[in-house]
Amino acid sequence: MANTEVLMAGFGGQGMLLSGKLLAYAAMYDGKEVSWLPSYGPEMRGGTANVTVVISDKPVGSPYIIEPSALLVMNGPSLEKFGARVKKGGLIVINTSLVAVACERTDVTVVYVDAGGLAVKAGAARAANIVMLGVYVGYSGIVSHDLAAKMIEKEFAEKAKFIPANLAAFEAGYSAGVESRKGGA
Amino acid sequence: MAKVLMKGNEAIGEAAIRAGCVHFFGYPITPQSEVPEYLAKRLPEVGGKFVQAESEVAASNMIYGAAGVGMRVLTTSSSPGISLMAEAMSYIAACELPVVVVNIMRGGPGLGGILPAQGDYLQATKGMGHGDFDLIVLAPSSVQEAVDLTIKAFELAEKYRNPVMVIGDGMIGQMMEPVSFPDVEIGPPLKPGDWALTGCVNRKPRIITSLYLDAMDLHNHNVHLKKKFAVITEHEQRHEAYNCDGEYDVLVTAFGMMARMCKTAIDTLAAEGIQVGLFRPISLKPFPYEACKNAMLKGKRVLDVEMNMGQMIEDVKLAGLGARQIDFFGRAGGVIPSVEEVMNEIRACHAKAKEKNP
Repeated sequence: MANTEVLMAGFGGQGMLLSGKLLAYAAMYDGKEVSWLPSYGPEMRGGTANVTVVISDKPVGSPYIIEPSALLVMNGPSLEKFGARVKKGGLIVINTSLVAVACERTDVTVVYVDAGGLAVKAGAARAANIVMLGVYVGYSGIVSHDLAAKMIEKEFAEKAKFIPANLAAFEAGYSAGVESRKGGA
Repeated sequence: MAKVLMKGNEAIGEAAIRAGCVHFFGYPITPQSEVPEYLAKRLPEVGGKFVQAESEVAASNMIYGAAGVGMRVLTTSSSPGISLMAEAMSYIAACELPVVVVNIMRGGPGLGGILPAQGDYLQATKGMGHGDFDLIVLAPSSVQEAVDLTIKAFELAEKYRNPVMVIGDGMIGQMMEPVSFPDVEIGPPLKPGDWALTGCVNRKPRIITSLYLDAMDLHNHNVHLKKKFAVITEHEQRHEAYNCDGEYDVLVTAFGMMARMCKTAIDTLAAEGIQVGLFRPISLKPFPYEACKNAMLKGKRVLDVEMNMGQMIEDVKLAGLGARQIDFFGRAGGVIPSVEEVMNEIRACHAKAKEKNP
């Protein structure tokens, strides 16, 4: 397997760093080498925040990636900033509840998903980041459904009341991801 | 032990505890604040002491005092904060106290920025304070290595009674990677030997001082410190040679995170048919000159890559003594060279090597 580099970006506080951590954890338990490198600029809540997760069969060389193979964006500024950088043939997942514009690239796969809407339906408006994780796992199959779900349970173990809604958010995203793949999107 | 996913800063904090260090004095500064944050929570759990000092000057003098009474101690900071500790580092080295200091470097000079850089190489290896003294300086290139070298740092500090610095850039502090720790929960306490101030009941008083008003006494102390570091230089050189077994025209020299990013460039170029070696000093001080020279002489030309304006290159030049041309590529201030940029620099260096040696 070549390296898989996933850039996950949104507003600070939207939880993309957590989604990245869950993905990295799942891949690690799957026996893969991983790195998780956050942006740690002076911007915090309300500013943009992003994280790059690298998953590989070999020890990860550079954790700092200019051209990722996949991009998950929660908001417009992130799409504007990173959309052009995704590798040819790569994947962009766009949260349509906050991104009004379409991605103009034709050399990558673009999956549109109403992550905010699906999160509300799942019972946790703040779990749009988990929907996005679900979409990526469902579309890419990078880690198994069950392993990713287990990471969510583990992460929220001390706040168990949040587990059902987050799992529901993950399921909704996962199904959307699997559907997109089938649809040849 | 099973692997956990941890930030470099937190992993360094945990490594210190596993090494038996339960005393920390420090002051927050980005990008290393997760070390004190982590230890503020963890040290009380293991019966240790965490003190947030009023400044880096204070923190560095607190480790001076705590080490003086035979405690295993740690402080951590980032570039501007480390500069504030320079005076105490000289005192600590003069008094031959075993302390460990971690520098998670950010862009400088001055207040600089908060993003990753490697601009403190020369400060750490050549000029951490006034007078003739040397630090042992270790540079990890992964979170696991940061753990291993932090533990090693305490061992070396006590073996030689010399301050040891673990030096990394902001990236290694902030990134998460899988790590495993030694099974031991807390290492054994430091053996205070015949030097620590432990109370002089039934024995002669001891004194820890760096004041020598007699010139000959002070000269002799300098000679002693120099001799000690000669022993360290003989026994404590560490390096990694990557892709150096086969033939190559270009040798890349780099340390810390930058070296590891060069590995990705080297692997990618190998797929294009260009073989490149990498020499990575792990002990920046003592610098592995001989091993570096051997790796240089196998190739035709050298490319030194750093996240600064060219600091380690001085040691690379010393290693080669003019035997090979050395090109340099560096970015400073928090700009991280991309793998693509490094590859282009290697290609250019490779072309020059071919031109001169057809």
